[in-house]
Amino acid sequence: MPPDLLSAALIIARKDLAIEFRTRSAFFSVVVFSLLAIAIFYFAFDPTAVSSADLAPGVLWVTFAFGGLLGLHRSFGVEQAEGAMDALLSSPIPRESIFLGKAAANLVFVLAVQAIAIPGVVLFYNVGGGMVWLTIAGVTILAAIGMVAVGTLFSSVVVNTRLAELLLPLLALPFFVPIVTSAAQATLQLLSGHGATPAANWLKLLAAYDLVFVAACTWIYPHSLDA
Amino acid sequence: MTSPAKPAPLTAPRIRTPALDPLLTLGVVAFIAALVRAAFFTPPDAAQGMAQKILYIHAPSAFTALYLACGLVFICSGLWLWLKDERLDRMADASAEVGLAFMTVVLITGPLWGRPIWGAFWTWDAKLTSSLFLWFVLLGYQILRGAVEEPQARARFSAVLGILAGCLVPFIHLSVYLFRTLHPMPVVLKPSAPSMPNEMLVSFVFSMSAITLLFAGLLRARYRLATDRAELEHLEARR
Amino acid sequence: MTGNVALAPPKSRVGPAAVEARGLVVRYGRRAALDDVDLSLAAGECVALFGPNGAGKTTLLRVLAGLRCASAGSVEIAGRPVAATATRAMTGLISHQVMLYPALTARENVAFSARLHGVSAPERAALAALERLGVADRADTAVRALSRGLMQRVAIARAIVHEPKLLLADEPYTGLDAAGAAALTATLEGLVAAGTALVLVTHQVSEGLALADVAMVLQGGRVVRRDHAAGLEPAQYAAQYRELVGAT
Repeated sequence: MPPDLLSAALIIARKDLAIEFRTRSAFFSVVVFSLLAIAIFYFAFDPTAVSSADLAPGVLWVTFAFGGLLGLHRSFGVEQAEGAMDALLSSPIPRESIFLGKAAANLVFVLAVQAIAIPGVVLFYNVGGGMVWLTIAGVTILAAIGMVAVGTLFSSVVVNTRLAELLLPLLALPFFVPIVTSAAQATLQLLSGHGATPAANWLKLLAAYDLVFVAACTWIYPHSLDA
Repeated sequence: MTSPAKPAPLTAPRIRTPALDPLLTLGVVAFIAALVRAAFFTPPDAAQGMAQKILYIHAPSAFTALYLACGLVFICSGLWLWLKDERLDRMADASAEVGLAFMTVVLITGPLWGRPIWGAFWTWDAKLTSSLFLWFVLLGYQILRGAVEEPQARARFSAVLGILAGCLVPFIHLSVYLFRTLHPMPVVLKPSAPSMPNEMLVSFVFSMSAITLLFAGLLRARYRLATDRAELEHLEARR
Repeated sequence: MTGNVALAPPKSRVGPAAVEARGLVVRYGRRAALDDVDLSLAAGECVALFGPNGAGKTTLLRVLAGLRCASAGSVEIAGRPVAATATRAMTGLISHQVMLYPALTARENVAFSARLHGVSAPERAALAALERLGVADRADTAVRALSRGLMQRVAIARAIVHEPKLLLADEPYTGLDAAGAAALTATLEGLVAAGTALVLVTHQVSEGLALADVAMVLQGGRVVRRDHAAGLEPAQYAAQYRELVGAT
């Protein structure tokens, strides 16, 4: 029996993570990029005018968006290189599972990068630690789901164009606007000790974004394919 | 052995010499008339002075770009996924490009009005910000189309982008709105819309109709261009 | 001699044909890559497909693999529509690209395909398929470290790991040395004997004819010649083929 939607997605996600684990090239370059960006941002602002704690959320989430883009474009690149995409498409699995599997692998990738980038921000920007970071981990997961859904879909589209990875930021960044805004604002509220209430609206927006775009992208992915 | 069939002759060039595209001409004339009326035959606003006159272009352009053009892109994209008719793809292409032009007008006229009224060319006003990001999406749509060779693939990818962009608009609106309610802007002169004097209202309705007409003319011309391009591609492929 | 000649089925058939394609048309834009192609193939039968570059051979295989929709015409695989899940489960594809992940080992690549096809013991099946192509000793080598010929053998192992009922092979002999070609021929013969229908696209007339029941020549998207392979003399056929392809 051919695998169903979720098991096929799992098989594909495991394969992608195995490739990433074997090569590790993308992961290390994105981690190094993120840490570098976080450090450079610090020197782009006047620390006497803006406190580093106010700066931290913006830096964290802008870095997140750009680092994510850097990692996402490789997602369908591995299928394209030796024509493996045709093997996936001609195998007896639902087309949606290809999208879901790729997106799940990308989600693990992005969260692993954030697991290093967030402590980097805490360290460099000297912002308060403690339990609030548990909530921020939740924000990260919500933000990453939406970003990965849209990014994975656009990654599958742009590998078939002449401009390839150059096109990905152009298409995806406008879609990251609500994510970066919500995540940065929620983080700011949480860090400045206003408690969870002011952040709640932003979190609701993020959750709604995830819901809409995970559904829309999963549904539309098969339509982006030939036949 | 039969001799190979002679290839069918290339279709004779359909001679279409629209010396004047009637709809487009009408649109341009009406647009100029609306400009003249707004500039010379409408009294200046009591509070905003001459700057208010830019509203006669700005608001109808925004309406056309946002609701007519983007709405058409969204609807044609959705229908294309369903019907796979190449005419729908051409319509989406045409309205995206004309919409981009009108959105550019919005982004130019907005700051021109903002400078004397708000005191700054750019403020992160909710509507202006949404327009800016939508402008980027429309630009991305054009670049995506330019980057795909095969017509079928081009239609597929742009339909996907068109639909996702439709899902994005409410989220951008919401996040900009939430952003503003949490960070009230420093005093921005926001005159509560007074009921327009009759003369101004007539001018406004006139320019609204003129710009809608101009949009229709441009859209039809651009749609024909897309049809001709497809025809040309076809002829070149047969050569 | 030319044209869409129909052939009487050479073997008595039980049940639906493995492949039944009628009036296939595929257009890229408005250019026809396939123009009114018929193909009928029983289980355990092999058709060799010859033709110059751009004749539509690859397009035909892609349609049969469910990777491309036909613009007109109908295709059934074992009595079912072509892109159905059950159809894809019984189809194997060897393309001109190896369709492997260079970072993974040969065994991981083949086992991945086995899992996607729902093979019950994927690791064991992968090893058996690699064994069949004579590359089991390199099972745990990363594909990127293999030579072109060995990579091609792994690619074939990937395509047959789920014992397809229909095998679509696009130039499978490319890059193989003598030992590899022999292993491939033995594998294909074994599969056909076990009832697999085989569509073999190749430039090598003698190898194609040795395996085939039917030989077909595609040109400009049309079937321009179709013969029973049994009575054909390879050298003579090759000469006629060159004349046919060169002439029109």
